[in-house]
This record gives sequence, C-alpha cells and structure tokens, in this order.
Amino acid sequence: MPFDKLRMTTTVDRPSGLGAQPTPAFEEQRRRWEAASAKGRSRKDPGSGAVDRTISDVPLKVIYAPQDVAGLDLAEDLAWPGEFPYTRGIHPNGYRDRLWTMRQFAGFGTAAQTNERYHFLLEHGQHGLSVAFDMPTLMGYDSDAPQSRGEVGKCGVAIDSLADMEVLFDGIDMGDITTSMTINGPACIALAQYIAAAEKKGIPRAKLGGTLQADILKEYIAQKEWIFPPRPHMRIIVDMIEFCTREMPKWNTISISGYHIREAGSTAAQELAFTLADGFAYVEACVAAGMDVDSFAGRLSFFFNSHIDFFEEIAKFRAARRIYARHMREKYGAKDPRSWQLRFHTQTAGCSATAQQPENNIVRVAFEAMAAVLGGTQSLHTNSMDEVMALPTEKSVEIALRTQQVLAYETNVTNVVDPLGGSYYVEALTEEMELQAESYFAQIAEYGGVIEAIEAGFFQREIAEASYRYQRSIETRDRVIVGVNAFVKEDEAANTDLLKITEETERGQAVSVRDLRSKRDGAAVQRSLERLQAACRDPKDNLMPHLIDCANAYATEGEMVEAMASVYGRYTERAVL
Amino acid sequence: MRCEMNERPLRVVIAKAGLDGHDRGAKVIARALRDAGMEVIYTGLFQAPEQIVQTAVQEDADGIGLSILSGAHMTLFPLVVEQLRAQEAGDIVFFGGGTIPPEDAKRLKDLGVREIFTPGAPLQTIVDFVRRECGKRRTPEPAA
Repeated sequence: MPFDKLRMTTTVDRPSGLGAQPTPAFEEQRRRWEAASAKGRSRKDPGSGAVDRTISDVPLKVIYAPQDVAGLDLAEDLAWPGEFPYTRGIHPNGYRDRLWTMRQFAGFGTAAQTNERYHFLLEHGQHGLSVAFDMPTLMGYDSDAPQSRGEVGKCGVAIDSLADMEVLFDGIDMGDITTSMTINGPACIALAQYIAAAEKKGIPRAKLGGTLQADILKEYIAQKEWIFPPRPHMRIIVDMIEFCTREMPKWNTISISGYHIREAGSTAAQELAFTLADGFAYVEACVAAGMDVDSFAGRLSFFFNSHIDFFEEIAKFRAARRIYARHMREKYGAKDPRSWQLRFHTQTAGCSATAQQPENNIVRVAFEAMAAVLGGTQSLHTNSMDEVMALPTEKSVEIALRTQQVLAYETNVTNVVDPLGGSYYVEALTEEMELQAESYFAQIAEYGGVIEAIEAGFFQREIAEASYRYQRSIETRDRVIVGVNAFVKEDEAANTDLLKITEETERGQAVSVRDLRSKRDGAAVQRSLERLQAACRDPKDNLMPHLIDCANAYATEGEMVEAMASVYGRYTERAVL
Repeated sequence: MRCEMNERPLRVVIAKAGLDGHDRGAKVIARALRDAGMEVIYTGLFQAPEQIVQTAVQEDADGIGLSILSGAHMTLFPLVVEQLRAQEAGDIVFFGGGTIPPEDAKRLKDLGVREIFTPGAPLQTIVDFVRRECGKRRTPEPAA
C-alpha cells in the first residue's frame, strides 16, 4: 500500500530517515530547552493569538527537531531533485539550468489595446504572454448581449470572434512565443480561435506552444465561470485533451488550478487537495475515454496560489509534487517519469492584497514570490499593487515584473536546489499537508467522486466555512493585516492613479461584432454551427475540428456557445452560504 | 440599542449581479449579518438588477447589499437605483462593496447608494452600518 507510511507516528526512528538517533547530550539539551521555553510569556500585542497556527489553522510547535521528521524516509519521501517522488523538485539542477518563466497576466479593453500591452511586456523582457479575457468572453456571451452590459473589456480583453483574436496577436510571432489563456467554460472556443489565427499567418497548429486553463471543475468549486453542466463539460475537456495530444505536441492541454479555490477563501490544504482531486478526475476521465495515461499526462500542468504564510506555502508546493507523483505512478499506473512530474505556475495571492496603503502590496508580493520560487515553481505571475482597486497601470505592472527580476538575479536564492529541504519544520509541514490532502481525498471518495461532491455542495461549504473563519480571525485581531486592523493610517490619501476602461470600449466592441455579423458569409456560419451541434450530440465525434471550422467562418463565441447549449443545457448553481 | 420583542429581525438581501462570480465577500457578509441576528436572503450569482429589486420588494427587505468585483459597478449599481425608483422601493437601504475605486464610490453615493465598502472593510463596521440604517427605516423620524 503506497500510503501506509502516511499514518506513521513521529516516534518511529529509521536508519534510512532524516531524524538521527538522539544522543544523551542532545536529549539533555532538549530537556533544558523545554524548561526554558515553558517559562516564556505569551506576547500581548495584536496578532499574538495566531502565533501558534498557520494562516490555514495548522497548529505549530515553537520549534521543530529531528523527532518531528523521524518517520521520513530519505529515499522514499525526499529523494533527489529530478527523482521520484520529486519532493525536492522536478529538475536535477533546479533553477541553475533554467529560471522560471516570468509571465504576467494581462488583458483589458479591446484586442488592439491589449496587443499594445503585449508588445510592451515582450520588449521589457517578459518570456511569454498570458491572456486575461473579459467577463462576457469568459461566460460565453458576445459583447452586444444584454448580459454583457457594463462588463465589456473591464477585467480582461473582449474576444468575440476570430477577427478579435487576429488583432490581439497582430505583429507577434505566434510560432515563437508561448501563450497562456485563462479561460475555462469556453476554453475550447478560445483554442479554436487561437489555432485559426495562427494558421491564417501560416503557422501550423503543431508549432503552437502554450497553456489553456480549461479547468472546469474548479469553476463549479470556486470561480463560478461555467456554462454547461459538469458532465457535458467533462466531455468537452476530454475532447480537447485528445485533440491536442494528437495534433499539438507543444501545447499544455489543461492547467488544473488551485488559485481560484484559494482566492475563494480556502485553506492551503484545501487548495492542495481539491486541485489535485480535480487533476485526478481529469486523468480518470481521459483513461475512461480509452486514452493511455502516458500519452497525455506529461502535458497536464497545475496552477497554485502563493499566499502570505511563507513556510506553509513552500510546504504546499513540495507536498503537491510528492502526492501527484505517488498517485500517478501507483494508482494510475503511469510509466513515463514525465507523467509523474507535477509542473506548476504560481500567482501571488490577490486576496492578500489590501486597498489600504497599497504600496505595502509590493512587499507582500515579494515574499509570496519568494515562497513560490523556494517551492520550485515553473512560472510565476506577480500581482501589481493596485489590483485590489482596478486593473493595474503600466507603472505598477513594471514594478511587479521587476520584483521577479530582483528575486531571480540579485537574491541568489536560485543557486541551490530546494534550499529548505531537510529543514525539520518545512519537512514536517510538507508531511502535514500531504496527510490533510489524503484525508480530503477520502472524503471526496465517500461522495463518489469530484462531480458528485460538487453536486452535494461539499467543496463550496468547506471553502465558505474556511473563509468565514479567516475573516473572523481578522475581526478579532487574532491575525494582523498591516494597514487594515493594525498600523492604520488615518486620512489616507485616495489613490486616483488607476487604469480606467471607458464605456466607449463596450459601444465600440458591440458595433464591431454587429458589423462582423453583417459582412461575413452567413450561410457558411450557419452550416458550421449546425455541424457543431450535430457533433455535440455524437459523443464519438471530437468537437475541436468543428469548433475550428466555426472560428474560420467567423462565427462568434456567443453563437458557438448557443449551439452547444441547445444540446447540453446551461448550469445553475444551488447557492451554498 | 432599542429592541422590541414583537418586532421581526431586520431583513437584508445580499446580491451578486452581472457576470461576476466572485462570491467570497458576499457570502462572508451574509454570514456576518446573519450572526448579528438579521435575516439574510442571498440571491446567488448572475442576477439582473430587476430581479434583485423584485426579490427585495417581495421579501419586504429593509436593505440590499450588492457585491461587484468585475468592474461593472458603474453600470450595475445605477441600474439597481433606477429599479428601486421604478418599483417604488426607494426607502430600501441600498449599499454595496467590491473592487471599486474611491472616485467611483463617490459618484455612486451621489447617485443614492448609501455606502460603498471596499476590500479590508471590517465586518463590524458593515454590521453596524446595516443595523443603524435599516433600523432607521423601521422607525422613521417622527414628523416635525
């Protein structure tokens, strides 16, 4: 049994373990320390109520020592970087061979405005692009739909059809850069548009590199940007993975995301457990559809949050790699080491940023970014200081990117692989994270799986509980948020230097999508939509080629979604408080 | 605080409008108001302004709290204000919160939104505000 070891007690001593046999002199020291420690007085300042717990309520000791990691087996639990179970990282040389990818998420207003920002970021040393779409695009509505009022171009770029996608990548070599697209419900449509835009420029789909988020399960759990009910949505995802496996060897098919689960208020362990559970659900769905696990697993990737509790986050990242490797090898029978390796992108925690004294967010982001790097992330987005209030200005985006550059080139934390490996505290906390995750997996299994647990409101309830508990701890000042419940500055000057998206964007975008509808070959659009609808009814027919046809005919996103929804229906949530 | 035994608790609708799925804040506020002894009706996501006001009128609510984090606040808050007028429910205390820049918050207050709370606002401040303002609605100032 692969997980027997998880239930080990901390008193076990192993000749092959990290905790060495204590000598009498060491034991004598321990007794003296215990006596001295017992005399300590608890602090009385604000926040002192939380000194014995992580931000996720994991109880903490004053100090960690060899007995806390006595059960840890060097070869089985830690190993070497690049070796199963990858606790210490997936690359033998860590960041020495290759730094993480600095990837700032950006998108606002029209495709032309965002295209300009992309050129700016690429010129300033960013490695890859990351597209933020606006709410109507994320929810499958065209810019002129009644549901879109007030939302067009506000928190991302508006993409209604292939025409917008062409403008978005104007002057950018799509065969040379990698692009990450944060979209879930209509991910298959965005991918179809991206392929169509590249192929119009003469770049074949096989040359395209990037990542599609396409993680619909966490939408039902946390972010709430769904379109169809879970079961047909799972079919769409399996179709996408199957299509990319066959035709797009450089494309990461899905980015299984804990970020939004954490932002919705979960604990670190919940983020870890729910995200991995989602990942395993996709693996199971693809295997059930007849795919060989090793044919697709190497291109699954993950996306985590880096919150402010420094060590807990590092432990979470390390535990994620170990749990994933164990399950992929033992439970799903993957044979290719690439299938065992968890690769992940990280973004600093938006929910840790404050509207008060926004410059403090620069500091928070720097700590969170360092945790992600010490945890071994493959790519990183650092939030801008003003994102609590609006989309970031060019200035604040630049500071955020510079934060990563200072971390990468000045601090020297990149020189040694997994520098915290072997720390009694970090190892004990890594193990604690793994234990909590396994306990959640058992609960999810009791519901019958992830979809069943979603339908029962399990995740939603767990997250709501955790977020309320957290908020209360701030109210009682158990936890200090600088500038919010302590060290408050009275008469703080309001920050007015914020990026504004005008209503003009919405009007312009609505006009251009109507214009497009009148100019294109309407009969060709109709035919392509009918074929898409027919494919939705036939589970054996992969949807992707039909979606690419629709994109090439300049069918709008709203039209494609409508065609699919006429077969699949739309999802409505039973709200859980 | 004045409290009458036969008076039913304050009733507040907490609403999410538009396409914005960020419901963490709305849920936390809903629970805090409930813990403070109020009756809370949470609308769930993606509600149209018309529906939100209708719910409040049908439920005879004392207040509406609207949460928007998608940037659509300058469209959706005014639409709710308009609906309150159209449905002759201008006495319902309308407040809100979200990622709303100070300038916009000021403009919304000029339009009749009673208060705008931004990230970091203490729960107690919000609870106190709702209790005070909705309480006033129950006991109108005696005519001079």
